[in-house]
Amino acid sequence: MTLSRDQVRHVALLARLGLRDGEEEFYAEQLSRILEHIDRLTAVDTESIPPTAQVVEVRNVMREDVPGQCLTKAQALANAPAARDGFFVVKPIQDGDPG
Amino acid sequence: MSRDLTGSTITELQARLRGRDVSAVELFEAHEMRANERDGAVKAFLRRTPELGRRQAEEADRRLSAGEGVHPLTGIPVGIKDVFCTEGVETTAGSRILAGFTPPYDATAVARLRAAGAVFVGMTNCDEFAMGSSTENSGYWPTHNPWDTTRVPGGSSGGSAAAVASGQAVFALGSDTGGSIRQPAALTGTVGFKGTYGRVSRYGLIAFASSLDHVGPFTRSVEDCATVFAAIAGHDPLDATCFDRPLDLETIGDGVRGLRLGLPKEYFEVQGMEEGVKRSVDEALRVLERAGAELVEVSLPHTDYGLAAYYIVAPAECSSNLARFDGVKYGFSDPAASTLMETYLNTRRDGFGPEVRRRLMLGTYALSSGYYDAYYLKAMRVRTLIKRDFDEAFRHCDAIVSATSPTVAFEIGAKTGDPLAMYLCDVLTLGADLAGLPALSLPCGRAEGLPVGLQVMAPQFREDLALRVGRAYEQESGILAEVAP
Repeated sequence: MTLSRDQVRHVALLARLGLRDGEEEFYAEQLSRILEHIDRLTAVDTESIPPTAQVVEVRNVMREDVPGQCLTKAQALANAPAARDGFFVVKPIQDGDPG
Repeated sequence: MSRDLTGSTITELQARLRGRDVSAVELFEAHEMRANERDGAVKAFLRRTPELGRRQAEEADRRLSAGEGVHPLTGIPVGIKDVFCTEGVETTAGSRILAGFTPPYDATAVARLRAAGAVFVGMTNCDEFAMGSSTENSGYWPTHNPWDTTRVPGGSSGGSAAAVASGQAVFALGSDTGGSIRQPAALTGTVGFKGTYGRVSRYGLIAFASSLDHVGPFTRSVEDCATVFAAIAGHDPLDATCFDRPLDLETIGDGVRGLRLGLPKEYFEVQGMEEGVKRSVDEALRVLERAGAELVEVSLPHTDYGLAAYYIVAPAECSSNLARFDGVKYGFSDPAASTLMETYLNTRRDGFGPEVRRRLMLGTYALSSGYYDAYYLKAMRVRTLIKRDFDEAFRHCDAIVSATSPTVAFEIGAKTGDPLAMYLCDVLTLGADLAGLPALSLPCGRAEGLPVGLQVMAPQFREDLALRVGRAYEQESGILAEVAP
């Protein structure tokens, strides 16, 4: 499987990664080479094999729903690039939004 | 005096600290001095914590003098891989996107070291978000191998390995997702270990691939390794995958007489295996045999598919985990963005390095509509087969022994242009991550003057067996981890 430049652009957008000039080609070439190796998986017969998401069997872990210690609002916001009145500040969601 | 303080094991130092032959402050100062001499060339640390370390050393001395609350790690200097949230200390996962991030809490492993009275030397360098095998993907600078500074220390926990190998920390904390503890341990001549998946809490470990992330130590002996591992392991309600089962390491000194050690033939025929590595490992097998172990051939028939399955599962999980770096909650944010979408795109373009971006795209692609079954689901099924290979092999042996890395430390820059060549560094280590097995790397001699690592893998929950084989090898061979000059 090779990845086209259009696919790289699409995947980068899905991953919310901006691309610089020339990077579509750069990543298309590199990702295609990696996928070429990964394509060997098609040779394995997995018809009747269940998928493994987690290798150590643990059952659902439940606990009593009791309030405990947690971060204060000030702690949670301390690393924010921008915060105001106890909230994270974000840029407008749409172009031309007055914000 | 200072040289022997910075080249000793925890066992040796703990006896001297308890005997008050040396103080924790003196020990800490010796490591500071050593860092001043060596870290200009090695660059193991991203940032050091001199005030915190001194305070902890003073507190350790109080405990040691009073003889109260003394733990085997009390007063012992430790380096912490930059992926463990450390309260009040900038923690960046080796990434520019987390520059300036100061966690408001400790990772569980860090909290346990703090409570034991260990002394923090600083945060060690690593590949960005632990993605890499050479520490060259650090967003800050590459770390150099203390044995030959033109070479890499391995990765991703290369800073932790180099800190221990260069005498700047007595032990260090690392994380292992595809080999990130064991491969750098092999390349620097240190002991590196990870336990069963879920044995050590991942709480506060900045996530790379959650179903593969393991926490473990770098040390200078297998005994030290057991000491540190026992201190950080154990149930933690803050990580739902961290199980509650007793860890018994009492038998690690029992030797290998009567144990069957499996040699997976596929691991000995792996592509790119260097002659010198093969020779050192063959010699190590003879040593184990001399110590009374029985060597049996086993097979891990899906070895050839491990790398491919890993490079779907790990990128898929990281593409989800790293979605949290959005320029809103912490770390770097593009100040020029005018919309939220631009904040995301620009922050992640400029904040992440090329390897992280490559894996985010690969993972997003594998999970995207139309490709999920062909890639992600397929890789998870192959993971089942790899796990079953190990289950079957362990019906014929108690532990599995192989080389840790097919090569010795390579030149800086040798593989940076070829991602696939870099990925192949982990071909012998990633199986134990996919299957969640305890796995140890320890020094087994040299090739071309550079350290070679021997890997010991054990069944799930049998950390004791991996450490027992390692300790028996260490004693029979007389090969101990050394500190580079």
